[in-house]
Amino acid sequence: MQHIGKASISFDNTPYIQEYASIVGKKEGEGPLGKYFDEINEDSLFGGDNWEDAESRLIESTISKLLSKANMSSTDIDYILSGDLLGQLIASSFGLVNFNIPLFGLYGACSTFGEAVSLGSVLVASGAANRVIASASSHFASAEKTFRFPLGYGNQRKFSATWTTTGCGSVIISKDTGKVKITGITTGKIVDYGLKDKENMGACMAPAAADTIYNNLCDFGRNPSDYDKIFTGDLGYIGQTILIDLLREKGIDISDVHSDCGIEIFDINLQDTHAGGSGCGCSASTFCSYIMKQFEAGKFKRILLVPTGALLSPTSSNEGNSVPGIAHGVVFEAV
Amino acid sequence: MDEKEYESYVKKVTPTTSLAKNMFMAFLAGGIICLIGQVLINLFIKMGLEKETAINYETLILVFSAILLTGLNVYQKLAKHGGAGTLVPITGFANSVGSCAIEFKKEGQVFGIGCKIFTIAGPVILYGLFSSSLLGFIYWIYTLFSH
Repeated sequence: MQHIGKASISFDNTPYIQEYASIVGKKEGEGPLGKYFDEINEDSLFGGDNWEDAESRLIESTISKLLSKANMSSTDIDYILSGDLLGQLIASSFGLVNFNIPLFGLYGACSTFGEAVSLGSVLVASGAANRVIASASSHFASAEKTFRFPLGYGNQRKFSATWTTTGCGSVIISKDTGKVKITGITTGKIVDYGLKDKENMGACMAPAAADTIYNNLCDFGRNPSDYDKIFTGDLGYIGQTILIDLLREKGIDISDVHSDCGIEIFDINLQDTHAGGSGCGCSASTFCSYIMKQFEAGKFKRILLVPTGALLSPTSSNEGNSVPGIAHGVVFEAV
Repeated sequence: MDEKEYESYVKKVTPTTSLAKNMFMAFLAGGIICLIGQVLINLFIKMGLEKETAINYETLILVFSAILLTGLNVYQKLAKHGGAGTLVPITGFANSVGSCAIEFKKEGQVFGIGCKIFTIAGPVILYGLFSSSLLGFIYWIYTLFSH
């Protein structure tokens, strides 16, 4: 394991994704990726009392599913790295309490899955852990309540607004051979182009995604075509246009290989999701379903996953501040 | 690209809704709500109520219906198309209060509903009272000099 270039780590002793699991809500299940998820829960409360409880239950059942798919118990796991969008990470705190596994709670807005997999890989590659779980989740209703309006409030969403994904995706990262290997990471920095429109998160995050992808290509000495796909987390349609334009300015064309989890997970025409899906659970559940299955089917050799986060706080936004962005890149390769 | 250039570039690539369509839908939705209100008032007057009382009953019915429709998950669907037409009439105010009550009920009667019921409607109440007081004061000064 060594630091290379400006912001990347290359793993010699590559950590592996040993198992993966994803559980999503009804709307996500009705989307184009519906057949790839492990479970689709029709009950938006997931059997819980309130939206926060619902997200905790979503996390708990995804981790249980992950352990049962891997034929393991919680004693086989050294650490969990998990995050969500709620204050004090309450969805993760209550969702993970029964597993009794040492926890690193992470907050990177919607980039959390990238952050969790990055740090989990470093733990495993350094020998500090044999097996860790990296996980991220979001719930449409708990996110709306935290960041926007009550669900029943009648307002109009802009075209540029995204739809927070109800979903959780979790992976087991292990030093033992697994389904996919993690060969490198590129850690994002805060990138702020001063945009204040919280209903256009794609535009707030696109510069961060462009920066991380640019650094990844430079640090590893690669061209976009060295990847079968470059997946960003939740830029949506507007963010995608901006990302491609920003990288073109630097002489890099990713238009042939770029995909966005937020674009993949919903059908914009049928599901009225405006610019696309968003939330930590968007890139996490898309990776732990569609992307992993493409690897298993031999369709991907190497991809770059770049979960993107808009660090929006209602407080700083009311105080007149911009919405800064961050994006963390992880390179996955077929075994 | 500096902040200003980025902002105008983003504006260029972000699709917007048609102002004409929004205004037409708002006119239609707001108009229908107000028409219903007027029909109710006329009906109550015909039934022999005083105009003032008829207006109070009409308000009561519109507010009740808006809150009922909010609870039934219907008002927000109308608002998606109606926009300002469903926001501006008294029904929009009722929706903003009702939706907060429903959303924060789980946090308890006092800290949930009690503290948060006027999260959206609060500014309307505050500045509504403030501007009425201001206008009242101006009117009072006017009456002092007009006699």
